[in-house]
Amino acid sequence: MPEFLGPFLEVLIGGLLAGILYSLVALGFVLIFKASGVFNFAQGAMVLFAALALVRSIEVLQSWGVNAGLAIVIGFLFSGALMVALAFAVERMVLRPLVNQEGIILFMATIGITFFIDGFGQQIFGSDAYQLDIGIPKESIFLLEGVFEGGILVNELDLWAGATAGLLVLGLALFFQKTRIGRALRAVADDHQAAQSVGIPLNHIWVIVWAVAGIVALVAGTIWGSKLGVQFSIAQIALKALPVLILGGFTSVPGAIIGGLIIGAGEKLAEVYIGLPYFDGGIENWFAYMLALVFLLIRPQGLFGERIIERI
Amino acid sequence: MSARRRPIGDTLLVVDGVSLSFGGVKALTDVSFDIREHEILAIIGPNGAGKSSMLNCINGFYHPSAGAITFRGVKRAQMRPHEAAMQGIARTFQNIALFKGMSTLDNIMTGRLLKMKVGLAGQAVHLGPARAEELAHRAFCERIIDFLEIQAVRKTPVGRLPYGLQKRVELGRALAAEPTLLLLDEPMAGMNLEEKQDMCRFILDVNDEFGTTICLIEHDMGVVMDISDRVVVLEYGRKIAEGTPDVVRANQAVIDAYLGVAH
Amino acid sequence: MLYREAGQYKTSYAEDQQIFPIRQDRIAVALIVAVALVAVPLLASDYLYTAILIPFLILSLAAIGLNILVGYCGQISLGTGGFMAVGAYAAYNLCLRIEWLPLPIAILLAGLIAALAGILFGIPSLRIKGFYLAVATLAAQFFIDWLFARIGWFTNYTPSGSIVAPQLNVFGWIVDTPMEKYLFTLIVVALFALVAKNLVRGRIGRTWMAIRDMDIAAEIIGIRPLTAKLSAFAVSSFFVGVAGALWGFVHLGSWEPLAFGINRSFQLLFMIIIGGLGSILGCFLGAAFIMIVPLVLNQVPTALGIPLSTASISHMEAMIFGVMIVFFLIVEPHGFARLWSLAKEKLRIWPFPH
Repeated sequence: MPEFLGPFLEVLIGGLLAGILYSLVALGFVLIFKASGVFNFAQGAMVLFAALALVRSIEVLQSWGVNAGLAIVIGFLFSGALMVALAFAVERMVLRPLVNQEGIILFMATIGITFFIDGFGQQIFGSDAYQLDIGIPKESIFLLEGVFEGGILVNELDLWAGATAGLLVLGLALFFQKTRIGRALRAVADDHQAAQSVGIPLNHIWVIVWAVAGIVALVAGTIWGSKLGVQFSIAQIALKALPVLILGGFTSVPGAIIGGLIIGAGEKLAEVYIGLPYFDGGIENWFAYMLALVFLLIRPQGLFGERIIERI
Repeated sequence: MSARRRPIGDTLLVVDGVSLSFGGVKALTDVSFDIREHEILAIIGPNGAGKSSMLNCINGFYHPSAGAITFRGVKRAQMRPHEAAMQGIARTFQNIALFKGMSTLDNIMTGRLLKMKVGLAGQAVHLGPARAEELAHRAFCERIIDFLEIQAVRKTPVGRLPYGLQKRVELGRALAAEPTLLLLDEPMAGMNLEEKQDMCRFILDVNDEFGTTICLIEHDMGVVMDISDRVVVLEYGRKIAEGTPDVVRANQAVIDAYLGVAH
Repeated sequence: MLYREAGQYKTSYAEDQQIFPIRQDRIAVALIVAVALVAVPLLASDYLYTAILIPFLILSLAAIGLNILVGYCGQISLGTGGFMAVGAYAAYNLCLRIEWLPLPIAILLAGLIAALAGILFGIPSLRIKGFYLAVATLAAQFFIDWLFARIGWFTNYTPSGSIVAPQLNVFGWIVDTPMEKYLFTLIVVALFALVAKNLVRGRIGRTWMAIRDMDIAAEIIGIRPLTAKLSAFAVSSFFVGVAGALWGFVHLGSWEPLAFGINRSFQLLFMIIIGGLGSILGCFLGAAFIMIVPLVLNQVPTALGIPLSTASISHMEAMIFGVMIVFFLIVEPHGFARLWSLAKEKLRIWPFPH
């Protein structure tokens, strides 16, 4: 085995696992975009909001003397309910009045939602950094110790994140393919008006899809919070989901996953092999965006998106 | 038809064996015809016959997969729409394509953009040449506004205008470019009788006064037979007939394909 | 005096094409200019200059730049803060490395450098639209943030990465006191606002608006998307770059890396949405609103006896801006500027609307 391969694999695997976190956020975007054509800039803010709700409700419950396990369960139920309530509010107060507006107007509206949720969440739940511990193991483990000297360092938490993402994708795929609501969602995604004309209530669909995206945000927030602590910076790191979407295409669930892996691995490799040796580091702040930008110029519709023929 | 000021002249544009396909779908197959100076040529045919695709090829929006288009003696392979505009081809659209956020006047002024030359710095100062140029073109556009009788809505955003007026503004924008060849895609679609008569008058006047060559797509057979010098008939992307209105009217293939069904 | 245009006949197109064709508007504008140039310097305190008026004016200028791109040309950008940074750092380096260069020239050149950066990051707009473009401009924002924070040359290798602007010498006029800074800013911003108005009402403005309203139709009437979009990026970034240079030199005086972060970009975007997309006046209205909200949140609860913590104020701010954005997008996408012109239209026919 060549000597550089061990560290390289370690960086690569670390990057891939970090990429799964981006994928989790990107999944929420894709769901909403597929079903409503809304590019939901607020997905990152929703991740932070859900994580804050979870960590703070667990804290409060424990301070009331509720035992840890029960507090976690109630905390999840509470934050899940909160995300559903948020979906109702967004549909009622933002989407419904803006129906049939251009995509870019809706996009800007979701920037408004982002700011509102950021302010609201921190006002209610506080704006410090909180430790989230729901019992996911965080030990570092070494893989392939027989093959490489010292093995490859991997954090158990990341493996859990990978497994969760896999389950989530599987669950969503089943939901889309097998349930009645899922079929309705696909119909709406194809053509709003046609779906309405066969009796699919658009408003319900939007609430459902925003609620599902909210739950996905809760899952993402839980994993991110366990890894990095719950704090405001989560909302901004979640913006990395945007280049992931560009790579994967706005409408593709597998695209979100693969895009996340590419971005995660790409930026870690770039940081370690280009950023640190040649610059003062920190290129992972922008590398993902630049990668997406270059990619856009070559293939505007993303890896899995469909090409749109313009007509007049 | 009354005697015209400018007799029909030489060939202006030649469509030679043009084919066009999207994926596997053939929109046009081996279509050839020509457009002569100062004439009004109508392209007719059932829905989906490829009429709009034909216009889109002529003004460079679509690129034919085979065949060639020669305009004023220059043969072209690939051309972008703005290049067609620079050569003097203007058009209107089936579904109005106006700039909805801008006023009637500004929309028509956009038709003059290619003729305005003052640079960025000049415009920033907006004195001297920039101002003079702006005013000269404004005067020209006001003549078009008078001609199309839309003075009252000069400053109204076009998004708020009724359909018939929007069609007129769109014609005005095309005219503002002083085109050699004017392509009109269903200029009378969705209009009532009175509006149609107005539009016919505008088209004939434009042709007569400015000598503009016009190629139009229209469904209303009465209109087509009245105002056009020649007619090209498309069906399923192929040309099935060509000639004066009388000749086309008598053509059996046309009657079978189109007129027989429509009337 | 009633707001009427009756009796004011325009006998030439030149008269009709003035910026303010109605006499009452001209009088109002003259009044505002008089107040800004004479009354304010007589009355204002240093606090008013440094905390409110100067930042208001500079941000208005940046908002004009952004509005050219978003409101007039329809190309969304989330990278405005980055282009302000390019202007600020370019002006700093020009002054540092070319000592004889007069400051106003340095600021203009900084604007040009920002324009070049704008063109570079505007190239993707030729192939992509809408939110794709928004993500592309985020790339500009984060890349530029990194560039100035990590590449020492731009900050002249100062250990902390912070920068101190040189003395403001405008062709011999040493701009030093807050009042002088205010007047200098006022003159620059007023001139640039006039230039912006001239551009958007002329040929280039129509080109941009045509691209915004329907890019395919614009191409068919002979507009080259390449020149139209890139010129919007260039002009927009030029304005934003000049505003960035002013922000660094006049308002901040000295600044740390990340003084032009992504939050600045969002703040400017909010200004033009709330003020009015596609309106020069709206940029000033939006900037004023964004400046006033934190002040109100600071002062009013304290006056009522329920002081808010600093954190609460910033959270409330975020919530209010969020709600205002959604509110304006739903009710009036053209913002305060449109509400203002509606009010004027009503006033014209008041009290007999029929």
